[in-house]
Amino acid sequence: MSELRKVSSNPHVRDKDTTSRIMLTVTFALLPATAFGIFNFGMRAALVVAVSIAAAVLTELLFELCCKKKVTVKDFSAVVTGLLLGLNLPVSVPLWLPAVGSVFAILVVKMLFGGLGKNFMNPALAGRCFLLISFPALMTNFTCDAYAGATPLANLKAGVSVNAIDMIIGRTGGTIGETSMLAIVAGACILILAGIIDLKIPGSYLVSFVVFVTLFAFLSGRTVDGPYLAAQLAGGGLMLGAFFMATDYVTRPITQKGQYVYGLFLGFLTALFRIFGASAEGVSYAIILGNLLVPLIEKYTMPKCFGKGGERS
Amino acid sequence: MENKNTVWERLFNGIVKENPTFVLTLGMCPTLAVTTSAINGLGMGLSTTVVLALSNLMISLLQKIIPDKVRIPAFIVIIASFVTVIQLLLQGYVPDLYASLGIYIPLIVVNCIILGRAEAYASKHPPILSLFDGIGMGLGFSLALTCIGAVRELLGAGEVFGQRVMPAGYVPFSIFIMAPGAFFVLAALTAIQNKVKMIGEKKGRDMSKIQSGCGHDCLSCNQASSCRDREAVLAKEKNGQGEEA
Repeated sequence: MSELRKVSSNPHVRDKDTTSRIMLTVTFALLPATAFGIFNFGMRAALVVAVSIAAAVLTELLFELCCKKKVTVKDFSAVVTGLLLGLNLPVSVPLWLPAVGSVFAILVVKMLFGGLGKNFMNPALAGRCFLLISFPALMTNFTCDAYAGATPLANLKAGVSVNAIDMIIGRTGGTIGETSMLAIVAGACILILAGIIDLKIPGSYLVSFVVFVTLFAFLSGRTVDGPYLAAQLAGGGLMLGAFFMATDYVTRPITQKGQYVYGLFLGFLTALFRIFGASAEGVSYAIILGNLLVPLIEKYTMPKCFGKGGERS
Repeated sequence: MENKNTVWERLFNGIVKENPTFVLTLGMCPTLAVTTSAINGLGMGLSTTVVLALSNLMISLLQKIIPDKVRIPAFIVIIASFVTVIQLLLQGYVPDLYASLGIYIPLIVVNCIILGRAEAYASKHPPILSLFDGIGMGLGFSLALTCIGAVRELLGAGEVFGQRVMPAGYVPFSIFIMAPGAFFVLAALTAIQNKVKMIGEKKGRDMSKIQSGCGHDCLSCNQASSCRDREAVLAKEKNGQGEEA
């Protein structure tokens, strides 16, 4: 934390927030979704998540020991990355797969770019996309003991009717942590109450998603009704992405206006990918694409210095 | 600097010291696009080597005749002629390789290594040295492309030169034979070769032989921006711009 030595003049606000406290709160907030995933898919889900977390933490530790850098595993950011990646995998994957994804997420996306705070992309999502491109068959095999066949979103895309109530509760197939909208929103409430995130990004993301998904579904000649929208909102990784990944401190815009723009853009991309894309899901790619645009968004939404704005006379 | 211009020095310079891919990072388009397998990388590298050697030789022979003002179009015409020859030969004798390299064969014309060597070396040096400069650079390029292709093929398909290497249970990382894999492998191999040079330097060995030293060749120098002789570089650039204008 040598960069923090430059301090501006007083008055200073003291706060108990530390990186590890925030990351622990996020981990805690993800527990409802994790617990529901284990309840929904069985103990193997716990194993997949555990392998993912262990690989993420070990990779960070080994990299820092090998490069003789300060060991930062105590800040729990690797735990959050591993946990998020694990929650984004189907339960049926072989156990080496979460390990490979975590190694990629931590080593390539985070550590090689300078560690926490310097990664330009959400490591967990980048890890998931790496796996999705490398092993499409394994990553989209959602058949397990509890559920068979396609995910509700894939059914929705194919025009098969789905049970929106089941999707909101989470009794459906899918990745480990994404199925239950209730559990994820409960976790998100913890984050919001703890002041870790606010509703700017998730709110604008979800609103813009609803608007664009209605528009695009209408354009592609579907009937859009309440259950359809509810299913689109509850299905896939949208909730997990909106509350836990799009709000990642490192890869979201820092300006307030920029956060609305970012949310709007993510909603547009997700709707575009879901309705017109080849796959039923589009949250992961939408968010990492959004991550890449963050510097641009920040450049154009940076507030003017006091005295520099306004019209010149 | 004493024996800078000998045949062996030129070969060594091209393959190790100023390896066009890992040190100069030139010719990235074919490097990233065709290295999906070791054989493609080797084929691309050798085709480029032939064009590079012949065009260097020809340009060096014609250096007194080509007027300075139209030298770039003249170089392009010479290079394009050789590329056409290579293209027809590949199409005739190795149609499989020709099919898998596709558009990247005609694109050898605009490979910046070839134009770079013509401009930076062949148009100012004697023919035999230019020929070997081209061969050295081409072999360096071939070596790099074959390495990248082999690693990508190994990870992305479990094979090297079409031979199964990985055990039967290996699930290939198909991302490595797609575009992102090219960037990962190129970056990793470049990092490894830099690390090897650094270790050598730390042990106190004389690395000037394999360290890309300043050949007063700022055009093809990737370290021009952080150069110790920065002022000289800037002055040279300024002069260059003056000539252009």
